[in-house]
Amino acid sequence: MDLNTLWFILIAVLFVGYFVLEGFDLGVGMLLPFLGKNDTQRRMILNTIGPHWDGNEVWLITAGGAMFAAFPNWYATLFSGFYMALFLMLIGLIVRGVALEFRSKDENPLWRKFWDWAACVGSFIPSLLWGVAFANFIRGVPIDAQKYYVGGFWDLINVYSILGGLVTLFGFLLQGAFFLSLKTDEPIASQARRSASRIWVGTTVALVAATIATYLFTDILERLGVNPGPVPIGAVLALLAAGWFIRQGRDGWAFASNTLAIILSTATIFLVLYPRVLVSSLSPNFSLTIYNSASGPNTLQTMTIVALIFVPLVLLYQGWSYWVFRKRVSANPKDLHY
Amino acid sequence: MNSSVTILSQWQFAVTSVYHFFFVPLTLGLSVLVAIMETIYVRTGSERYKRMTKFWGKLFVINFAMGVVTGIVPEFQFGMNWSEYSRYVGDIFGAPLAIEALLAFFIESTFLGVWIFGWDRLSKPLHAAAIWLVAIASNLSAFWILVANSFMQSPVGYAEEGGRLVMQQFSALLTNPYVWGQFPHTVFSGFTTAAFFVMGISTYHLLRRKQEDVFKPSFQLATVFGSLSILMVILIGHNQAQQMVRLQPMKIAAAEALLNTEDPASFSVFSVVDQQTMSEQVSLRIPRVLSLLAYNRLDGEVKGMLDLQKEYEEKYGPGNYIPPIGVSYWSFRIMVGSGFLMLAFAAYALYRVLRNQLSAETRWLGLFLPAMALPYLANIFGWLLTEMGRQPWVVYGKLRTADAVSPNLTTGMVITTLLGFTIVYGLLMVADVYLLRKYAVAGAEAELPKPRTIEEQTYWE
Repeated sequence: MDLNTLWFILIAVLFVGYFVLEGFDLGVGMLLPFLGKNDTQRRMILNTIGPHWDGNEVWLITAGGAMFAAFPNWYATLFSGFYMALFLMLIGLIVRGVALEFRSKDENPLWRKFWDWAACVGSFIPSLLWGVAFANFIRGVPIDAQKYYVGGFWDLINVYSILGGLVTLFGFLLQGAFFLSLKTDEPIASQARRSASRIWVGTTVALVAATIATYLFTDILERLGVNPGPVPIGAVLALLAAGWFIRQGRDGWAFASNTLAIILSTATIFLVLYPRVLVSSLSPNFSLTIYNSASGPNTLQTMTIVALIFVPLVLLYQGWSYWVFRKRVSANPKDLHY
Repeated sequence: MNSSVTILSQWQFAVTSVYHFFFVPLTLGLSVLVAIMETIYVRTGSERYKRMTKFWGKLFVINFAMGVVTGIVPEFQFGMNWSEYSRYVGDIFGAPLAIEALLAFFIESTFLGVWIFGWDRLSKPLHAAAIWLVAIASNLSAFWILVANSFMQSPVGYAEEGGRLVMQQFSALLTNPYVWGQFPHTVFSGFTTAAFFVMGISTYHLLRRKQEDVFKPSFQLATVFGSLSILMVILIGHNQAQQMVRLQPMKIAAAEALLNTEDPASFSVFSVVDQQTMSEQVSLRIPRVLSLLAYNRLDGEVKGMLDLQKEYEEKYGPGNYIPPIGVSYWSFRIMVGSGFLMLAFAAYALYRVLRNQLSAETRWLGLFLPAMALPYLANIFGWLLTEMGRQPWVVYGKLRTADAVSPNLTTGMVITTLLGFTIVYGLLMVADVYLLRKYAVAGAEAELPKPRTIEEQTYWE
């Protein structure tokens, strides 16, 4: 395996990590005003993600940095091409981050209500936009021979990309509901289970619709990178299993199954793209690949050494932080002291 | 390329970066101070050091949150607005950015989460270790981002291949002499910022004779920390200026409003230069002092802007190589002036602290409240000099800012995002200042549940 492929895999891993982890904290953010019936409940809900959301978001920052370092042309074309969409995503992430930290620091009910909704809307925007972005990766975007994005904002909005947006929106909502069912005491846990059952229907419909639309609106099947084989089927089965587990009240298994579904769906997208990173809708020759958009061998070698040492360490201490806060959050003031 | 897109993108970069850097220096220093306070608490078991840790920790967390969320923007913005820059230097510039996230941001965010929520879940020493990790990682992140910035100021360890820069030696980036001035200067500025922040807020309470058991030791600790830090900032800054004479002569010439090469060179006390005609309107200079500052002796050549302009035209082709003179000149003076004022404040505070004369009656104590603004002025104008004084280059001697901007952006797009960021940032600043003020003024009381109003009751239940 060459270093370009290794870095393609590594960036895929970073996005998988981001979607799995930030997936649930975005979901929890969106569910906050709906599942928290009073202030205590909202505090409980927020405290499930309080110690973790920032660490989860670093997966995205690292993915962005890794794209910049390993595939500068991918980073440059994608980020300048998706300019307005990324601006909206940034505003969402900024507002929600502040909301999560500031919300409980003043007692005024209006203050709290404002930030609760800011957290909800700020979580909604990126949840929708990630699907829009990844759907466009598959569908292809107008890129010319000089690797420049020549479309506008509205070229990114179409039936297919909106369906993709609904998949991540419902998928993250579901991940958030599972997480809450796992991490809170009653009555929120039961509430979250009920919501999860309903959201699961939406997720399944969106995923099936998006899969059908992939046949109808894209030509990806004719130009598969790597045949993903059983991987997408595994994703669907994992999602179905998640629905079954939550109805059985097996929160841990439901969360694990949905996590697997997110891993396998993200893997599917990177598999069908490989070795391309951005598909040109203008000509197959204009697509950006892991070779024509990559950094030189020196950079890739250096970065490989750094990544092989530090990614496992990150997994280790981030895993430990989840272990520290493994208990369900209760309404006990001790759990809500922050 | 569309020049209004370039100018608007520069504005956007300036607004979002200056805003981000409003929070970063305090994080760098306050994390260390809080870690020291908690260590004292763990070692002595003294309750007042626990209250101290919690009080400053709360302000630290409010400030940190703003630093984090505004830090996502720069990570994206290089690609969004400066795609040609990203293509040209991505091979080199991306590496320290990715390493910063992998080595520093993960530690910082994970252990801060553990620290905030882990008071009852970790042993005392482990809890203190968490804030130390946050402090070390914050300062480590400063190193990596400054490695990246230093490459823009003074490129090293690269080769030019196929119209872009390619990394030759990673180690050359780490041993870049520029970063070994910039990194300690920035870190000690951060320490100074935190010291003045702590001194200022402690003063507020000392003047009201409230909780002196917490705020007197806070002031004392910050005084020692701040005096050492500001001294380092100034000594390193002096070295950096000497380095600038060699590496970026145009920047020092603009900062000194020096039109023609001089040997021995004079130091400007007050100058006004018309950048259109490149002529001096007002000029009050002290002979030989600039040479003294540049070389530690009374003679030595310092090049002027007009001569450098000719030199660069020969080297790089036609173009205007003179940065905005007024901004460079005044930024330099505001930064240095604030620095020396801080040195005076710190020396005075140290004098009082060492003689154990700290109380509401202490003369001039009230001045430490407005002095909280000084490090912020120095930080912001220091960066303005660094970045504006480098124009028209984005990578010194290699790539011009005008050639770095994304070609697909329209004026309307950048106006929209510039306004969007400015408005959202403005509103968040209001909320941030409100919270900081509220907690700073409330003081380090033992935490007691407050009785609720009827309106709140209905909201709560």
